[in-house]
Amino acid sequence: MNKLIFEIGKIGHQGLSLPASDVPEQEMSIPGNYIRAEAAQLPEVSEPELIRHYTVLSQKNFCVDTHYYPLGSCTMKYNPRINEDMARLSGFTSLHPLSKFNQGALQLIYELEQDLKEIFGFDAFTLQPAAGAHGELVSLMMVKAYFQSRNEKRKTVLVPQSAHGTNPASASMCGFQVIEIASQEDGTIDLVDLKSKLNTDIAAVMITNPNTLGLFEKNIMEVAEWVHNVGGILYGDGANSNALLGKARPGDLGFDLMHVNLHKTFSTPHGGGGPGSGPVGVKKQFIPFLPRPIVLKKESGYEFDFDRPQSIGKIKGFYGNFGVLIRALAYIRASGPDGLKWVTEQAVLSANYLKEKLKNYWELPYSQPCMHEFVLSGEKLERETGIKTLDVAKRLLDYGFHAPTVYFPMTVKECLMIEPTETENRETLDAFAQAMIKIYQESHENPDLVKNAPHNTPVSRFDEVKAARNPILKYSPINESQPRE
Amino acid sequence: MNPDDLKFSKSHEWVKLEGNVAIIGISDYAQHELNDIVFVELPEIGKQISAGGEFGVLESVKTASDLYSPVSGEVLEVNSELENSPDLVNKEPYGKGWIVKLQLSNPSELDSLLNHTDYQNLLKG
Ligand SMILES: Cc1ncc(COP(=O)(O)O)c(C=O)c1O
Repeated sequence: MNKLIFEIGKIGHQGLSLPASDVPEQEMSIPGNYIRAEAAQLPEVSEPELIRHYTVLSQKNFCVDTHYYPLGSCTMKYNPRINEDMARLSGFTSLHPLSKFNQGALQLIYELEQDLKEIFGFDAFTLQPAAGAHGELVSLMMVKAYFQSRNEKRKTVLVPQSAHGTNPASASMCGFQVIEIASQEDGTIDLVDLKSKLNTDIAAVMITNPNTLGLFEKNIMEVAEWVHNVGGILYGDGANSNALLGKARPGDLGFDLMHVNLHKTFSTPHGGGGPGSGPVGVKKQFIPFLPRPIVLKKESGYEFDFDRPQSIGKIKGFYGNFGVLIRALAYIRASGPDGLKWVTEQAVLSANYLKEKLKNYWELPYSQPCMHEFVLSGEKLERETGIKTLDVAKRLLDYGFHAPTVYFPMTVKECLMIEPTETENRETLDAFAQAMIKIYQESHENPDLVKNAPHNTPVSRFDEVKAARNPILKYSPINESQPRE
Repeated sequence: MNPDDLKFSKSHEWVKLEGNVAIIGISDYAQHELNDIVFVELPEIGKQISAGGEFGVLESVKTASDLYSPVSGEVLEVNSELENSPDLVNKEPYGKGWIVKLQLSNPSELDSLLNHTDYQNLLKG
């Protein structure tokens, strides 16, 4: 294990030598209770110590730039460097959000909104939400404001059993009561159940398409009609748009509002943290409620419009995570309409290709053609060999592959969720399939090898149970005489 | 406790009746499905709980799962040992891993629960 930054260096080591201050000291009137009694125990290291520490850590990273990363539900595609270049243009990086020299930035926001409107078929977009879940919350806040403006009190939101956990969470955060829609045997929504739960107390129905199992929800236009007939709103969770680009526009399918995840489909990675962006597209009737400000294009240039009396207000510091917006626009413009269509075709083809290669080894709970991702179950493998999906995930690291998403969705036992993405060629997909099949064989012939994996990584398997039961969340200096674990 | 003396709900909780007090925990099958439990959220003493209502949360490495009470009543006691040793639910689901004790308000609710054999048949499907 590497030492922590707190454990290297020595008191007095420094990375910077600052000139003596030539500004006279000022009395500052900070109340005593806000002033530290002791200096913060910050690490003291020299510049080379610092650089080496973080470079060594970064070399241990298992990431898209070093390994194939088919992490289901996260769209961990390779993101072209040109988009990073664009996001690093100094005109963007050195621009303060309150600067009046903002025409370029406002134009970028405006044009990205236009492109998203065209791609997804909506009348307007807000780019403020900081992630997918935030986009859901903002959408439901608009739904609430919409019904309030009509003096209607609707208390309920319908959410499919298979929905991402953020859907019911966003609805209850907004004060709605959540009722679940059952799933059918084939993994799609039970339409009979949905229809029977529709009434005039329903504010919105939240549908993810393709759903979290990577399956296309059919009959969506009919569902839209049913929902609209009781005066309800059809909300789309568009986090999985990698399977829609240039093929189907949710706005045309009858969705009234939808969030999309720029940090999945549009050139910012999702797994691994970092800022995200969950723009929301709306149909006309929701435009008055959009978060403020919105960007207007006038003859004199672009400007913010704060004068929006029905707006749900500001929902994020400044105007969203701007760097993610730059990457998204660069990606859309570099791909062009045909390129985006190609993204979807390849993403879907790759998923079906891997599914066919693996279905003779792992169980395939839903056998219809999949969209951009698919799920397998390791239940039979566990029964036969005692090897769990978690063991398979760890062993994949030895073969140089990041594991797929595991144990999600929870409706599938010993679940593996695989999202190949469009950026990998056939050789890479074949190599991944081969590793999976090898692990399947090892599980039968030499289960201990799999159970104790990984063997080739800088650290072996973590004790996740101990970490969860006794988390150490704060560094505290350890006694020198005490051996480090 | 011997599982044959317990009553089970379809959502995998068990009840043991002692006078007018119901002891509640989760079944061996449920603890196995959840994997290693790392945190148990317990209800407050005195809280009124109705049959089918949530009374706490179990968190495992794999997932978080709500606990549903098979019967109605007032919380008399919680197993505070679980705060430091949530693994008791895994190790002794029918013993030291019990979760709450309720003062039963409607004993007839017990009639609609399953006995151990029926519960096991339910698991077989
Ligand atoms: C279907 C679905 N909905 C919502 C979300 C939430 O998005 P975020 O993680 O950006 O909040 C995700 C995340 O991947 C998702 O897959």
